[in-house]
Amino acid sequence: MVISDKLDKFFDEKMKEYPTRRSFLVPMLLYSQDEVGYLSDEVIAYLAKKTELTELEVRNVISYYSLLHTKPMGKYHVQVCTNISCMLRGGEEILDHCKSKLGIGHKQTTADGTFSLEEVECIGACSWAPAVQINYDFHENLTNEKMDKVLDQYRSKAK
Amino acid sequence: MADLTTHPDEIKVVSKRFGQGAAEIDTYLKLDGYKAVQKALTMSPDDIINEVKASNLRGRGGAGFPTGMKWSFVPKDTNKAKYILVNGDESEPGTCKDRPILEHDPHAVIEGVIIAGLAVGAKVGFVYIRGEYRYLVDIMRKAIADAYAKGYLGKNIFGSGKDFDVRWHTGAGAYEVGEESALMESLEGKRGIPRIRPPFPAVVGLWGGPTVINNVETLASVPHIILMGGQKFADYGPPKNGGTRLFCLSGHVNKPGVYELPLGYPLKKMIYDVGGGIPNGRKLKAVVPGGSSTFVLTAEEAEQMNMDFDSFGKRGEFLGSGGVVILDDQTCMVKFALRVMKFYQHESCGWCIPCREGTDWLKKTLTRFHNGGGLRKDIDNIKYLAQNMLGRTFCPLGDAAAIPTMSIVDKWRNEFEMHLEGRPCPFDPAAKITELPVVGAH
Repeated sequence: MVISDKLDKFFDEKMKEYPTRRSFLVPMLLYSQDEVGYLSDEVIAYLAKKTELTELEVRNVISYYSLLHTKPMGKYHVQVCTNISCMLRGGEEILDHCKSKLGIGHKQTTADGTFSLEEVECIGACSWAPAVQINYDFHENLTNEKMDKVLDQYRSKAK
Repeated sequence: MADLTTHPDEIKVVSKRFGQGAAEIDTYLKLDGYKAVQKALTMSPDDIINEVKASNLRGRGGAGFPTGMKWSFVPKDTNKAKYILVNGDESEPGTCKDRPILEHDPHAVIEGVIIAGLAVGAKVGFVYIRGEYRYLVDIMRKAIADAYAKGYLGKNIFGSGKDFDVRWHTGAGAYEVGEESALMESLEGKRGIPRIRPPFPAVVGLWGGPTVINNVETLASVPHIILMGGQKFADYGPPKNGGTRLFCLSGHVNKPGVYELPLGYPLKKMIYDVGGGIPNGRKLKAVVPGGSSTFVLTAEEAEQMNMDFDSFGKRGEFLGSGGVVILDDQTCMVKFALRVMKFYQHESCGWCIPCREGTDWLKKTLTRFHNGGGLRKDIDNIKYLAQNMLGRTFCPLGDAAAIPTMSIVDKWRNEFEMHLEGRPCPFDPAAKITELPVVGAH
């Protein structure tokens, strides 16, 4: 099995709540990615079978959504918002700081696979800008110094 | 997670349970929780709709459509399953108001869904929350499970003989899915390509059934309206603009935050009093009144505006989503227009050619402009491109990209001229712009 039995059972339960088999596809893609790390060919084949779609149809859906990746990302995916509210309060500086601190650019992953970096669009933290999301965790009202501490915390967690 | 802020001018209706642990169902019950739905169960569907109509509640997602009227469009004599769909895909830049609602008061949203269902005869509601808000999805999942455990959802709710189910659903990163027809496509497991209207969702929506789509804040307002009476809610705001709403102050203000203020609140007071004014002794240059899709206001305009739908409507503009972004006098408006356009270019799904091509050309032109390579004829060309997107797309993303761009060119033409002939950006002479790469279909 490409995903855990627990997740597979959870999908079966949720799919019963909808009138069509494909309805729960977008959350299934996201939760599978969370468990596997990315949407591998095997995950796509598994979800295509489950939803009775072709693999092409599943890939068609994947390419629409910004959170979905078909390549492995870092263990901690650092998503820096530079949209208007964050930009006005230093979001671009935070992005530059992360680039030099991690030694990687937009959509790149560190050699040890610990971090990947992405410049993202509005994450809904406008009143607490500038903000970064690492995986699903929000880090808000950031400065370069605070960002360093946040990255250090994740770095020590990775060990 | 999201820090709470407060100001004496606030009227706490939707936010009254914030910070009190109301995500726990037992705490919620102590704070008048699930009383509104029990009251609604004693009312006829028409009485519920009339109460909401009396409240003058208008859609809090940004369009400002009267909620009671929207509900009344759902056909009564149909055999098709009807649905309530909660739009929690909050993605409009500058907008972060649904986050505190879903975090601090998820049961109010559930109550709003049930009441909407009773009003239109739906038996199922879906709460769609954007994929980035995973912690809120988890809070909502628990809230729904707790409501089932108490018998407030499922078969025979509150012993009324009526059934109602609420389901949670999540997106995976797409601004456009906040548009109602794209939202339905996404919930059906597809790309969020918008649908042509008519037919409108109230007649043909999810899986072909009549569907009411309301914003999180709109539905969170409904239980309060049922309990306090529509008239009392209406009286908080000016005529036809009922109640309070959550305004998200961001950008160059001393006290950014989410504040619940009555509709019609003066924008000047919002900036200088509630928001504590502009930091670093700078002056106000511009205000984005309700998310990046709205007409950008100059300082002079902003200081005279009242924050209600009709004050903007009579200018041919929009109040928008409640995301109020403040720009100080050191902000480059060309750079700002470019950042806004980068966003729309990234989020355009490519279905409608004016939007797909328009956002791309505008991004390229604005990038060149900000890098000092602008031509004088580009200034009019930017406006021409934007104008030709307006009203020519299935969903309003094309309009949303065009509107701020046109208003910035009209009002800050001098700043475009300052960038001409290879001159560096006057506000940041050392700046270099790096383009966001285009990924996938976006």
